[in-house]
Amino acid sequence: MRSAIIQGVLLFIVCYALLSIYQTTIFNLEERGIKTSTSFFDSVAPFKVGFSPFLDYELGKTTYIEIFYIGVLNTILVAVLGIVAATILGFAIGIMRSSSNWLASKFSLVYVEIFRNMPLLLQIMFWNFAIFLAFLPPPKQSLEFGVFYLNGRGLQTPLPIIENSNNFNIWLVTIFFSFIGVYFFRRWAKKRFFETGKTLPVFSLSLVFIILFTTLMFYALGGPLTIELPVLGKFNFKGGAQLPLPLFSLWFSLTIYTSAFIAENVRAGIASVSKGQIEAARSIGLSRSQMVRMVIIPQALRVIIPPTISQYLNLTKNSSLAMAVGYEEVVAVWANISLNQTGQALIIIAMTIIFFECCSLFTSFVLNIYNRRIQLSER
Amino acid sequence: MTNNQAETMNDDSTIISISKLNKWYGNFHALKDIDLSVNKTEKIVICGPSGSGKSTLIRCINRLEVHQEGSIIVDGVELNDDVKHINEIRSEVGMVFQHFNLFPHLTVLENCTLAPIWVRKKSRNEANHMAMELLEKVRIPDQADKYPGQLSGGQQQRVAIARALCMQPRVMLFDEPTSALDPEMIKEVLETMIELAESGMTMIVVTHEMGFANKVADRIIFMDEGQIVEQNDPETFFNNPESDRTKLFLSQILDH
Repeated sequence: MRSAIIQGVLLFIVCYALLSIYQTTIFNLEERGIKTSTSFFDSVAPFKVGFSPFLDYELGKTTYIEIFYIGVLNTILVAVLGIVAATILGFAIGIMRSSSNWLASKFSLVYVEIFRNMPLLLQIMFWNFAIFLAFLPPPKQSLEFGVFYLNGRGLQTPLPIIENSNNFNIWLVTIFFSFIGVYFFRRWAKKRFFETGKTLPVFSLSLVFIILFTTLMFYALGGPLTIELPVLGKFNFKGGAQLPLPLFSLWFSLTIYTSAFIAENVRAGIASVSKGQIEAARSIGLSRSQMVRMVIIPQALRVIIPPTISQYLNLTKNSSLAMAVGYEEVVAVWANISLNQTGQALIIIAMTIIFFECCSLFTSFVLNIYNRRIQLSER
Repeated sequence: MTNNQAETMNDDSTIISISKLNKWYGNFHALKDIDLSVNKTEKIVICGPSGSGKSTLIRCINRLEVHQEGSIIVDGVELNDDVKHINEIRSEVGMVFQHFNLFPHLTVLENCTLAPIWVRKKSRNEANHMAMELLEKVRIPDQADKYPGQLSGGQQQRVAIARALCMQPRVMLFDEPTSALDPEMIKEVLETMIELAESGMTMIVVTHEMGFANKVADRIIFMDEGQIVEQNDPETFFNNPESDRTKLFLSQILDH
């Protein structure tokens, strides 16, 4: 009874505090002549957004709500690119860190300690202003990495172009169904093995089926997708896509910074695999690389994944430091410029917070499904 | 190559020959001048107080421990830093550990087929068949689709034996295979090992199970402080031990 009363009082205090914060905010906004409403969504935004690869932007036409979408998409773009690259790099560095090779292990130790211990904002500014802006050549002398070109304006990449969006969507659906088909095929083959002892080369059959099927469907649908390669014109590249330098710098710094943390997770994961496992793998004659791939990594993953999920969330949130280099993600174009222009602090900040909450919850939801799958089953 | 080595290599019935083996952990002299040769189908039980070097000795045979002096020749292949030799010997020598060391992320069947598929390059089909056969031999074919964490200790150890056998090894090493088991599970593992012994496998077993030693061993080796103190057939070993150290050890483990 006593604890119920205490909890009731606490609940009342919290509700009262929230209500008074809300009222104060509304009052202050009205003092400044700002009536909180969403009507500004449809008014035209009087400023320029340079990078909007997914939505068309036109100065004098694009509305505030479209600016929000552009910002959201740009944030998601850099987060996805960063997560992919940081994962690959982080695993490579983390595996090197656990290697018995002195040089590899010490190199990754130094890498981790340098990039983990420097403030991210400083790193973003360092790479962007001190390295890329200062040293990258003009487009004509671009650094060439296969079909990628890096110069002072950014990174030039090939661009997939959807020729026929209808057929392209059909193609995606058929791919989806071929994976579902493979899933049922594998279940059937497993059941059959345990009943009759007959086996099939399940993995290669599935792979051949998916490749053949998607290729066939691709041509049957008239090749709905083409890849456009960047070609150097007189002054700049034509074709392909350009990741402008601010995006490139931000992506690069986020990748380096986060990979240092992921590398530590990977090292800890590998260290968590007991010595007995390694001895067992050796005693049955597995080679070093087989042991790493089939015994150590699968077991290390269950230790690596939970903290790595939070690194993914950190990377997404850290992308808001893009303001330092002028990449137009959601905090920059929405919570900063749009807010200054309209004064609609309550709605704009709330939307930004909700966006990041949704992003984080979605990421951890998806990865937790995967995480639950790879955890060990015990009795 | 010394005369001794040349002789043992020509001798068809010898499968493992160890001569003048020395191993140190830092300053600690763990194995002192060990000489041991094992014949095909021979069953050897090694016993001795803890810290006497018995586990270290058998772990040297498949290079889980690196020796500093002396030579180990397994089935005509000399164990040295050559990775090819090491892998060749490891795939001919199976090992069963005190703590089973099954791969917890793989099913029982996958535990058994991992090495045959990747080391012996057998087809999955063939490997699965052989694994099921061996799982039947150790009497747990119905657990093939379960994970090690879902089995009892005794079942896990029998899976570990099947996993080692799947490589069709010529020698089996057992490193205290029953020491981590509950008493009622020791019997099922020992029975499996006795059946294996009867099938003609060459076995080197480090154990404190003197009943098993008496029943199965062709030769019992008693080690203390990194040396082989005594080796004899079970009859002589238990009834007329030569050294006082052996007598003391036997009185300590048998009289209670």
